[in-house]
Amino acid sequence: MSELIGKPVKRVEDNRFIKGEGKYTDDFNMNNQTFAVYVRSPHAHAKINSIDTSSAESIKGVVKIFTGKDIADAGIVGSICGWQVDFKNGDTMKEPGHPILVADKVRHVGDAVALVIAEDKYTARDAAEMVDVDYDILEAVVDPKAATQDGAPLVHDDVPNNTIYDWELGDKDATDNAFQNAHHITSLSYHNQKLIPNAIEPRAALAHYDSNDDKYTLYTTSQNPHLARLIIAAFVLSIPEHKLRVISPDVGGGFGSKIFAYNDECGVLWASKQIGRPVKWTSDRSEAFITDCHGRDHVTDAKLALDAEGKIIGLRTKTYAAMGAYLSNFSTCVPTYLHGTLMQGLYTTPAVHVDVTAVVTHTVPVDAYRGAGRPEATYSIERLIDTAAREIGMDPAEFRKRNFIPPFDGINEPGYQTQVALQYDSGNYEGSLNKALEVADYDSLKSKREKAKAEGRLMGIGFSTYIEACGIAPSAVVGSLGARVGLYDAASIRVHPTGKVTIHSGAHSHGQGHETTFAQVVADSFGIGMEDVNVIHGDTENVPFGMGTYGSRSLAVCGSAIMKSVDKVKEKGARIAAHKLECSPDDLEFAKGSWTVKGTDKSVAFGDVALTAYVPHDYPEGEEPGLDFASFYDPANFVYPFGTHICVVEVDKDTGQVNIVKYVAVDDCGNIINPMIVEGQVHGGIAQGVGQALLEGAVYDDSGQLLNGSMLDYTMPRADNLPMFDTDHTVTPCPHNPLGVKGIGEAGTIASTPAVVNAVIDALSEFGVKDLQMPLTSERVWEVINNNNN
Amino acid sequence: MAHLVKLNVNGVKYEQEVDTRVLLVDFIREKLGMTGTHVGCDTSSCGACTIHIDGKAVKSCTMFAVQADGTSITTIEGMCKDGTLHPLQEGFKEEHGLQCGFCTPGMIMTAADLLNDNNNPSEEEIRCGLDGNFCRCTGYQNIVKAVKYAADKG
Repeated sequence: MSELIGKPVKRVEDNRFIKGEGKYTDDFNMNNQTFAVYVRSPHAHAKINSIDTSSAESIKGVVKIFTGKDIADAGIVGSICGWQVDFKNGDTMKEPGHPILVADKVRHVGDAVALVIAEDKYTARDAAEMVDVDYDILEAVVDPKAATQDGAPLVHDDVPNNTIYDWELGDKDATDNAFQNAHHITSLSYHNQKLIPNAIEPRAALAHYDSNDDKYTLYTTSQNPHLARLIIAAFVLSIPEHKLRVISPDVGGGFGSKIFAYNDECGVLWASKQIGRPVKWTSDRSEAFITDCHGRDHVTDAKLALDAEGKIIGLRTKTYAAMGAYLSNFSTCVPTYLHGTLMQGLYTTPAVHVDVTAVVTHTVPVDAYRGAGRPEATYSIERLIDTAAREIGMDPAEFRKRNFIPPFDGINEPGYQTQVALQYDSGNYEGSLNKALEVADYDSLKSKREKAKAEGRLMGIGFSTYIEACGIAPSAVVGSLGARVGLYDAASIRVHPTGKVTIHSGAHSHGQGHETTFAQVVADSFGIGMEDVNVIHGDTENVPFGMGTYGSRSLAVCGSAIMKSVDKVKEKGARIAAHKLECSPDDLEFAKGSWTVKGTDKSVAFGDVALTAYVPHDYPEGEEPGLDFASFYDPANFVYPFGTHICVVEVDKDTGQVNIVKYVAVDDCGNIINPMIVEGQVHGGIAQGVGQALLEGAVYDDSGQLLNGSMLDYTMPRADNLPMFDTDHTVTPCPHNPLGVKGIGEAGTIASTPAVVNAVIDALSEFGVKDLQMPLTSERVWEVINNNNN
Repeated sequence: MAHLVKLNVNGVKYEQEVDTRVLLVDFIREKLGMTGTHVGCDTSSCGACTIHIDGKAVKSCTMFAVQADGTSITTIEGMCKDGTLHPLQEGFKEEHGLQCGFCTPGMIMTAADLLNDNNNPSEEEIRCGLDGNFCRCTGYQNIVKAVKYAADKG
């Protein structure tokens, strides 16, 4: 029986955060440091005629100003794309360059044209204001579909029709055939709008070059410091990898936006060597709006084909996926391998075809944002499902049950092979729906909806039954699909002489609670206390390696690497224990912190074995001293969490205001290590998904100006926008990793958006409303109510 | 132009020369070295920089340091007394009211002011009271519970 696994252990990292003693990048300072400010384009598309830095340079306290010419002269290529997706016809993906500072042409509002370094940040800002850039403003394009049309302004001269690639997945002929034979076809068209992540801590960097040992140090806000080091060292700045230390200390949220090795951080690192002093840069929020990678921005046509019995026989989508102005590190895989591959949903649909055109526009680059591709896929499927159910007059829960893949555990029953490449590991989708119906008391909700209708109120119930693929891997598979990196993870376990343990985690924690969850797992494995385990992460010099935290992968992938190291410690420990107990390792069993000779009371404690390993006076012959193991874990498959979310809304007829009156989330992330943390991840995920459904969305005008580029203008959920969520779970263990875990970081975001929109559409169904474009602001809802009333 | 500013922060008196245009939050973080107060936006929208000035919650990015001359300030670093956590600090930990921790100091300072005004707030009063502070991690549910925990503890 586990002492810690499965328990809501309070987080150990909280002790510093609640006292204001967390240490985030901007909290660090170095002697003799300078401060950097980027000069950014106010135009979406413009030719740079000249840049005059003379006035700025004359300000007292300005240390140095760099422009695009300096970067070009240094031969620096700038940020790179880490995933190659080629055209259908085999042509290579278009890969336009992304210089750290542009010299000739700006391609989105926020494109960096100069880097000002000064003795203090106020002076740096003064000087940045004085940098005089002469632009010729050019026509811009912001709509992904319009960008592909002949005659549209080109973002890059060498990218015809602004098209980076076109791509398809699934059997087109079989899908065409299904639609030809369909009894009913449901069609929807929508813009899965551009979202701005807005982690509350802005990005920051503190860079230092030490000429004594020719070594760079970069403190930065990264979800994955080793990956940042790899990209910056090997690709952007050509620094020998062992001469760059990346430290990612406490990080104030990421949600995907801090996966990427941005040009801005690279720029200050490069500059620190040029000026021979440390350079600090901290983005302000307005800057974050126009430089942090955005998410989503898919324009999609989606269709579902049904037979006469309400069985789904085909699904087809066509998506124009915006990349923004440049290809961010993993932008190209989001609409393809993280989106197209999920289009089976959790249904038996026998024919699926997904077509994606990736497009550059004059907007901020787009990349992974919480869920990354899977929310877009789930939105397409789950909106179609609820709409189809309504169109054929079937209850949406019943319609889902009719089409669910039957339960399979992945052990006795094989994994489920989809029409779009993936093999699901294990699932019980109807079990999840049934539990959610029970928790929500669906029959009672339907009665309440009838009562509301009778009273002239608008109440709606929306479903979302989702599946996601996370713990992304295996490396060989993603490599064959164009990934330029491996997607394993690494962790080491160092047992100290006194039996205390340090975990070195390749996954970085920026809110996920690894310092607690990983310690729970290891403490339980060795039968020691939480207080005996310490977790180190976020420093390339103190952690052997790691691929970092994204795609809900930390526990499934890094946790598995930890378990591999645990097994190695136990195996070696057993040999040492056997020597001490004068028996064979096979005669031993490990429980409650001791190795015991089976059937006897002869035992030796974990701590005694640890001490013996480091004081090996009486020791097994040929055994190395020490008890310290590193492991890499490359998963056999993705993991596939799933679940059911039910949202209940009331819509105010007079104002169009949508109020969520009940929200039930039943998620299945396999075995649960810490239910408190799992629940917290679900809450936060739902909040961001609700944000997309009701409040959020980047608004650009035709010239490419971001009209809501501040927290005053970009609406995100606040405490009084949200209800209490009812969370519950089912447990279908992952059959292919040691802990049987899946992942929970993105589930809430993936599931909630369509659940909320489905509920609002249900509430508005009496007006004949079939679809509305997100966000469902009160104005948009009020308009549809009133237009219909008129 | 520099001014001499005299103020009390977490019970300690400070006298410092400061430029007129230096924001109070920069003064606290960079001159006094107390980095628990965070900056999350530039429009007074996120509340990460919330502190108490003479007992009332204020967004310290929206004041100049010189405006705080003669005041008594409490930051998150001043909430823990003699090693004992403030009930809100305890509540945030007990109820899992934080994830990345970046908004947490501002949330705690705002909530402390809220509880000073109303020691038994309803869920709705807590939610409305916190609507000047963004959290992007928690969905606010456990923050509401954390405030309730502190209120119940008195």
